[in-house]
Amino acid sequence: MTAQEHHAPQSFWTKYIWSQDHKVIAIQYSLTAIFVGLVALVLSTLMRLQLGFPGSFDFIDASAYYQYVTMHGMIMVVYLLTAIFLGGFGNYLIPLMVGARDMVFPFVNMLSYWFYLLAVVVLLASFFVTGGPTGAGWTLYPPQAILPGTPGSDWGIILMLVSLGIFIIAATMGGLNYVTTVLQARTRGMTMMRMPLTIWGIFMATILALLAFPALFVSAIMMLFDKLLGTSFFMPAILSMGEQMGHEGGSPILFQHLFWFFGHPEVYIVALPAFGIVSDLISTHARKNIFGYRMMVWAIVVIGVLSFVVWAHHMYVSGMNPYFGYFFATTTLIIAVPTAIKVYNWVLTLWQGNIRMSVPMLFALGFVSTFTIGGLTGLFLGNVVVDLPLSDTYFVVAHFHMVMGVSPVLVIFGAIYHWYPKMSGKMLHEGMGKFHFWATFLGTYAIFFPMHYLGVLGVPRRYYAYENYDFIPDSAKDLNAFITIAAIFVALAQLVFLFNLAWSYFKGKESGPNPWEATTLEWQTETTPPGHGNWGETVPVCHRWAYDYSVPGYEQDYLPQNYPEEAKV
Amino acid sequence: MTTQTSSKAQGLSGFVQDWSADKEAFQVPWGKAMMWIFLLSDTFVFGCFLIGYMVVRISAVDPWPPATDVFALTIAGQSIPLVLIAIMTFILITSSGTMAMAVNYGYRKNRHKAAWLMLLTAFLGLTFVGMQAFEWTKLIEDGVRPWENPWGAAQFGAVFFMVTGFHGLHVSIGVIYLTIVAIKVLRGHYEKKGYEIVEITGLYWHFVDLVWVFIFAFFYLW
Repeated sequence: MTAQEHHAPQSFWTKYIWSQDHKVIAIQYSLTAIFVGLVALVLSTLMRLQLGFPGSFDFIDASAYYQYVTMHGMIMVVYLLTAIFLGGFGNYLIPLMVGARDMVFPFVNMLSYWFYLLAVVVLLASFFVTGGPTGAGWTLYPPQAILPGTPGSDWGIILMLVSLGIFIIAATMGGLNYVTTVLQARTRGMTMMRMPLTIWGIFMATILALLAFPALFVSAIMMLFDKLLGTSFFMPAILSMGEQMGHEGGSPILFQHLFWFFGHPEVYIVALPAFGIVSDLISTHARKNIFGYRMMVWAIVVIGVLSFVVWAHHMYVSGMNPYFGYFFATTTLIIAVPTAIKVYNWVLTLWQGNIRMSVPMLFALGFVSTFTIGGLTGLFLGNVVVDLPLSDTYFVVAHFHMVMGVSPVLVIFGAIYHWYPKMSGKMLHEGMGKFHFWATFLGTYAIFFPMHYLGVLGVPRRYYAYENYDFIPDSAKDLNAFITIAAIFVALAQLVFLFNLAWSYFKGKESGPNPWEATTLEWQTETTPPGHGNWGETVPVCHRWAYDYSVPGYEQDYLPQNYPEEAKV
Repeated sequence: MTTQTSSKAQGLSGFVQDWSADKEAFQVPWGKAMMWIFLLSDTFVFGCFLIGYMVVRISAVDPWPPATDVFALTIAGQSIPLVLIAIMTFILITSSGTMAMAVNYGYRKNRHKAAWLMLLTAFLGLTFVGMQAFEWTKLIEDGVRPWENPWGAAQFGAVFFMVTGFHGLHVSIGVIYLTIVAIKVLRGHYEKKGYEIVEITGLYWHFVDLVWVFIFAFFYLW
């Protein structure tokens, strides 16, 4: 059944559980992702407790610590960020923003969610098996990932790999829908170069996902073979705990290449939707057209393409031919150019705008700040010679948390504050929202900014405890305690956000169809929240780009995309 | 969706005009576009498998078992190299031919012929999988395991079973897919909608065949 067919009323089960409506699937995806995200948030707080107050908590032993690190990383990157940007916002916004009635194949779309849920269940099941979840680090590097001595090397690693495989199947089914919908199901007048940047970001990110996840899929299968069948894809001849293992002749570096061929585009699978969404938030809440729309689109495309040829910058310390290091450093630094264009364009969009300091705008501004900081440290790490001393220190932790942890999460929050009214018909409470923003924005700076200094001091990452290292001064301990307190504060502040989500659903102010006076099509639906099939009798026709704000000669300061061309006041 | 541009520009400007025009990006049914994109993604899966295989083969410390000996069948006292695999490849390529004929008859609305040709294709695919099972059995009897084999590098068995297994899985899924669509075609399910579905199924099938050509070249001829 395709989206053109019936959108008849449905029973409770088909409407909310086995739903083929992209909006319901989006909310299912988002809620599941937020749930696992909270699990990962708790794990990070536990890690911080150990780092800030070593030895004070008996239940956090070294094994548990490594399991927290691993699960925190994997859940945040794959099961929260990827799932919520593509499965959540992609699902909700693509059909509405391009003026379609649904995704092109709603049934496949529904399957995508149920596979995702299965992947999450398998992943969380690893907390309850003998030995617990894997503690191999989110990169799962062999040989250690599957050898005794690493926590969870019995069942944890198997469940992790199986879960990733299922997730990739889910992401593929969803991704095929998103790409095909954008390419084929746009409404009349919605040319590619009239699409909102949100759609461009999600569209390009989905293409990256479809081409990058295969590498992870293949490496997961190969590692499962190594673990379960005793093959030696990634396993060299090795002595483990005094015993000669049965492996011989495999290449651990092969895994690293496959993993990072997925892993680096993965950064942009998360970042590109954030770029797109933040462009729309800034333009809408600054009442000004986005500066350099075409450049913004091309920057998204160029970043997407380049992200496939930079992966080995994660492997400078693994050893490689110096010419390869030269190549990968060059491509890495070239990415700074389109990225900088985007940052300049966001700032220039704000320039002389009629800025409304709404909660989504605050989060968007916060993103520009954290992303710039995180991007600049990327320049340090992209250079081979600078990277070598900084590699595997807290500088790296600070860098990637600023650039692909905090930044996308700020955009997710901003986007939820922005689109919640369309999803529920209610505004989120503004006071709580502003508290949430300042607590999160300042709090995350308090967490991650000091980590740069720890990194420069040479404090290594992924260590359970830092006793008896002469080169680490005592001040690092105080700093770690401070970071932990900030982390607990930020984690608690998220409770306000969760409360706001629930409270506003029942008690929130009615939003009306278009509370932000935005131009894009999802705000022009007949009903709010939009019904199954999105539009009434006819689908909207698109007459203009998405950024007609403050156009001279009109009474209102925005012209919706379906506002007819000739009807000038 | 309407097409605004009536004049067709050539070359780069035509390309730009196509992509920026007010129309579907590809002038094909949604299902077909989606199948093409899926196959692109699947190409990356097989690409990673084959690159992984090459790396493993190059970095293995023991010598690689010689294909001509490993894949030989003894018929009437003569050891003939690659005979089974030649037959298998021939069958699979033939099935691509019958598939193409099915697509042709589908578009001519001759649904019975289309359906029977699809079923014939599925049958040839099943034969292929059956012969692969025979080949696996024979290799296992000879002592090939994913973790060892009598002739050399242990990785030989690992990549062989993994890659041909993954391809065999694709063929098996294709057989099921073909059979389901063929039965629906036979019942006249697509009389109104049109028979693009036959071509979409065919795209998948041809892709699986094409992948086999690469696997054949890299595993049996290298």
